[in-house]
Amino acid sequence: MKKNLTLGLQLFLTFLKIGLVTFGGGYAMIPIIEREVTEKRRWLTGEELLDVVAISESTPGPIAICAASFVGYRTAGVFGAFCSTFGVVLPSFVIICLIAMVLDAFDQFAVVRYAFFGIRAGVLALLVKAVVSMFKKAPKNLPAYLIMAASFVAVAVFSANVLVVILSSAGIGLGFALICRKRGHEL
Amino acid sequence: MIYLTLFLEFLKMGALTFGGGYAMIPFIEETVISHGWMSTEQLIDFIAVSESTPGAFAVNISTYIGISVGGVFGACCATLGLVLPPFVITLIIAKFYARYRENIVVRGVMLGLKSTVVGLIGATVVSVGFEILFGEHMTTAVFGSANFYITLLIFAVMLFLLLYRKLSPVIIVLLSAAAGIVFGYTGVIKI
Repeated sequence: MKKNLTLGLQLFLTFLKIGLVTFGGGYAMIPIIEREVTEKRRWLTGEELLDVVAISESTPGPIAICAASFVGYRTAGVFGAFCSTFGVVLPSFVIICLIAMVLDAFDQFAVVRYAFFGIRAGVLALLVKAVVSMFKKAPKNLPAYLIMAASFVAVAVFSANVLVVILSSAGIGLGFALICRKRGHEL
Repeated sequence: MIYLTLFLEFLKMGALTFGGGYAMIPFIEETVISHGWMSTEQLIDFIAVSESTPGAFAVNISTYIGISVGGVFGACCATLGLVLPPFVITLIIAKFYARYRENIVVRGVMLGLKSTVVGLIGATVVSVGFEILFGEHMTTAVFGSANFYITLLIFAVMLFLLLYRKLSPVIIVLLSAAAGIVFGYTGVIKI
């Protein structure tokens, strides 16, 4: 019991640190998780960490949450998963709450408004970059391209409901996979 | 019941978006606009702040929207909603990992989800792009304004730096802010 508490605390502190020093989350966290979890603490082997990345990619939700839950669970069960996930979320939560409280007060300054003028253009570039990297990670076959194009047109042109588009795409992907298997093709 | 709404909306996003942060943005955009929580312009500012503060982008933006809509407790509800589905699903998968990856249903659903997210973020680029370049009331008057061309210029330079110089998003946000400040104080742009 005592050992478990100590391990839980270690998990919490390690992921607190990871949450505090990484920006942007996701893949930016992987190298730091590797250093902390496989090299310093030896909670996982390098190969297991690769599994963590693969699982995070194929489960819904933020990569940071999946990675924290997985490492915590492997190390100290459900309690461990809770400790590490709580640790990785806490810095974000506290920092954003503080910023939200003060940022409104700054909005009257010209310098802040000028800065946000520039930042909005920068965010557009970040979004375009996101499309490029998501495209690289997506499957490269005709059904995948059709789903991409149809989703784009449905939302950009016809203002379709995003939830409906996501669920339909999952259904179409599944239908395609089942047809492939029936015909004996590789997906 | 704003707290329950926040919790359920973010629960939905946590359960249905793959590939982390940016995959959530189309969902978030639709949610905040349909509830009348904020404008697209405010959301863009939120994206910038969430990208340039420590921690996972998805957690940051959920907390930010939660606190601005429903205070600190609202932030708790939004973040809890976001975290719960991946937490539970990861625990289940940690047990059955090897079989899960090879499962035909999982692979099919993944193909659909990984593809649709490309189109969805593409659609967000269009709506955010229109908002930034033309404002709320789309008029051709913007073609005579320096703001329009400066926005395009900053966008193009930042995109180049992201794609070909692999700069991190935090640096991009800082550089864009600096550019805005320089063009603002030199009187090139009018706000």
